[in-house]
Amino acid sequence: MNDQLSAPAVDVIVLGAGMAGLVAAVRLAEAGLRVTTVAKGYGSLRLSPATIDILGYRPDPVDSPAQALPDFAAAHPEHPYARISPATLAEAVQWLKEHVGTYAYVGDPDTNMLLPTALGVPRPSAVVPETMAAGDLRSAGPLVIAGIGVLKDFHPALVAENLEAATAARGRAVKARPVLLNPPANGQADVGAMALARRFEDAAFRRAVAAELRAAVAGEEAIGLPAVLGLDQARSVWTELQQATGRPVFEIPTPVPPSVPGMRLARALQDRLRRAGGRFVLGAEAAGPELRHSELVGVRIRAAARVTPRTCRWVVLATGGLSAGGIEVDVSGTASERALGLPVHAPGPGEAGFLPGYLSDHPMETAGLRVDSSLRPVGPDGEPVYENVYAAGAVIGGARPWREKSGDGISLSTGYLAAEAILKEAG
Amino acid sequence: MTAEHEFGIIRDSLDHCVKCTICESACPVAAVTPLFPGPKYVGPQAERFRGAGPSVDASLDYCSSCGICTLACPQGVHVAEINSQARAVMKNQKGMPLRDQIISRTPVQGRLGTPVAPLANFALSNRFARLMIEKVVGVHRDAAVPKFAGHTFQRWARRHAAPAAAGTKQVVYFHGCSTNYFEPGLGRMTVAVLEHNGFRVVVPPQGCCGLPLQSNGIFDAARGYVRQLVSHLVPYARQGDVIVATSTSCGLMLKREAIEILGVQDEDLRTVSTQTYDICEFLADLHAAGELKTDFRPVPLTVTYHAPCQQQGHNMGKPALDLLDLIPELKVIELDRACCGIAGTYGLKREKYDIAMQVGSGLFDDIRAAQPDQAVCDSETCRWQISHGTGRTSVHPVEVLYRAYGLG
Repeated sequence: MNDQLSAPAVDVIVLGAGMAGLVAAVRLAEAGLRVTTVAKGYGSLRLSPATIDILGYRPDPVDSPAQALPDFAAAHPEHPYARISPATLAEAVQWLKEHVGTYAYVGDPDTNMLLPTALGVPRPSAVVPETMAAGDLRSAGPLVIAGIGVLKDFHPALVAENLEAATAARGRAVKARPVLLNPPANGQADVGAMALARRFEDAAFRRAVAAELRAAVAGEEAIGLPAVLGLDQARSVWTELQQATGRPVFEIPTPVPPSVPGMRLARALQDRLRRAGGRFVLGAEAAGPELRHSELVGVRIRAAARVTPRTCRWVVLATGGLSAGGIEVDVSGTASERALGLPVHAPGPGEAGFLPGYLSDHPMETAGLRVDSSLRPVGPDGEPVYENVYAAGAVIGGARPWREKSGDGISLSTGYLAAEAILKEAG
Repeated sequence: MTAEHEFGIIRDSLDHCVKCTICESACPVAAVTPLFPGPKYVGPQAERFRGAGPSVDASLDYCSSCGICTLACPQGVHVAEINSQARAVMKNQKGMPLRDQIISRTPVQGRLGTPVAPLANFALSNRFARLMIEKVVGVHRDAAVPKFAGHTFQRWARRHAAPAAAGTKQVVYFHGCSTNYFEPGLGRMTVAVLEHNGFRVVVPPQGCCGLPLQSNGIFDAARGYVRQLVSHLVPYARQGDVIVATSTSCGLMLKREAIEILGVQDEDLRTVSTQTYDICEFLADLHAAGELKTDFRPVPLTVTYHAPCQQQGHNMGKPALDLLDLIPELKVIELDRACCGIAGTYGLKREKYDIAMQVGSGLFDDIRAAQPDQAVCDSETCRWQISHGTGRTSVHPVEVLYRAYGLG
């Protein structure tokens, strides 16, 4: 039935629903293009702390990502940041701030904040949810870290003790002490982060937490809580707790998935996509390009009972890297790109992809696509494989996001730029 | 690849689970009740401990089989299918409630209720009778149940003469039990819309696809039903005819669930499966090929659109929206809620009714806020639940197309 298509069914198919894919899809749909996002499942954005880490280490700590990036890009010509100008990065950050609804973000690429992790480690991040910003250890006064008894994955004593040690070692000691809250738990002994976040949207539960906090907080302390302060109403929950205690309140991302802040950001962007008329197909995988005379005219989608070709003018490939499954390494050590079969730049079968140590600098870490200046994946000859395919996010190789603390910055800025390239062509 | 092989692949997919809990964050049932600990917990996690012995985890029965976990999983774990299979084993060990035996046999209800429709409808709308049914059978007194039409769609179809203008292209209509016994009007509208587009519509004799039996864990009987249905449809599928379904969940049964959940190993089923299309999928594909008539009249109404869970299991996006977008002056509000709660027969059950209503409450709120003239939805049980939860009329997308074509 699809043999005699008159016109492409949509303008753009976005493959992947993580940060990069959602940013590209929203931007394109809001510009009036017909966009369909196809995702095998929800992207790993829902597992991330939802802070926009732009560049934290190179490998020495970075104070200002904006200042460090030109030298960093020059030193790493195959890094995705070598395709991102400072102006594009700043625009992308501004765009994100305007597209997260009531879930506001603060900060900019000029400065890294230092936010506590659930292990009490200071973590550099440039653009963060406002609900986390008061935890910035560069300026923080004394802290009280409040755990919640039924949330077994967050240990306030561990956070407080490690924070004191880590900040002292950096030369600006921050005092931190733990407290454990025991708000009513409906008889449950063990409540996950998501369930607790929903509980916080109940006014009576919030009041019970606020009362315990008022009794626990002393002097000028700011209050650190696990990042479970509401799901859809995070801003009002956070505001109410600050008002009720009279103290700054900040969230600390929880260590075990799912991530409530990641859920908030993913839902905010998906909501924007829907309201802009974008379509979303969940649970479907790409099964290769749909070609006509070696030109890409669509994507083959594995749906119930059959593989269906879906036509489009452009594709944004945002399927993620090795950890998310966009790039796959088989038993022979050969890396491949799963959705469209594009050439991957990675150690070959005979070469060492992985080293013995868990935290070694594995050569396979940087496996991914190579892209031209407008993010089109290129072949060994340096030429784009398809004129109308753009890559965004971790599927682009050359980065070591978990060492650099650069993952969300790469995804945001490449998703934004991929959309820009398509918008230029669409005219 | 044999179906049995695929059956194994479904269970073995649990090894891909990395405990990311994205499925749990998407589960509409776990969000409203602690009685269901979530799809990861009862699915890939508990499945490792299920062996030959008795099942120890009764919470599994609170899964509504909406299937959202499978769609949300980024690793390709067939969470919902694993849960459905495990629940069937568990319920058969414990003994199948009589209630579940009754509510899962739609054709039996249909054959008994149709000749005595006024009496049956009176009983099903009578408070005292419903209280008795709740006490004796366990169907909640307030749960939304459909009305018997009093005549079947099959009977109408046998007497229906195709208009002279009907074309040479042939399409087979799998209407399902609901259209046959409760909503024959939807069947007539579907035939009219297809004939308007130049199709000759064949309505073969057909029975139940077995979905209600499957979702209640009565697998052997479900396999019998689906095999019999396939035997009616396969001659057409073999000659390349497209089979369209207006019941999106029954269509999905043929496309996917009979193979992946029931493990039916049958070449005939595969042949039928690949030829089966949801009606909106079929019509939207026609439009993409430039073959759908677009002589729509203005329909100055506001409608909401909710894509039911089973509709999303087709992995086809929301073709109903593409079709409704073609209608002049129709204002369409896309809703974004996971589930209406009913999940086939789940929300009928005395012990699950309140959970189902809570699952659906967000959707009901959104519909009430939108104040639509009609709430559009592809699945019949969801439409009944939506009407029950909102007091608003709920219709299949085909009904809006029928009206826009000026056919009625």
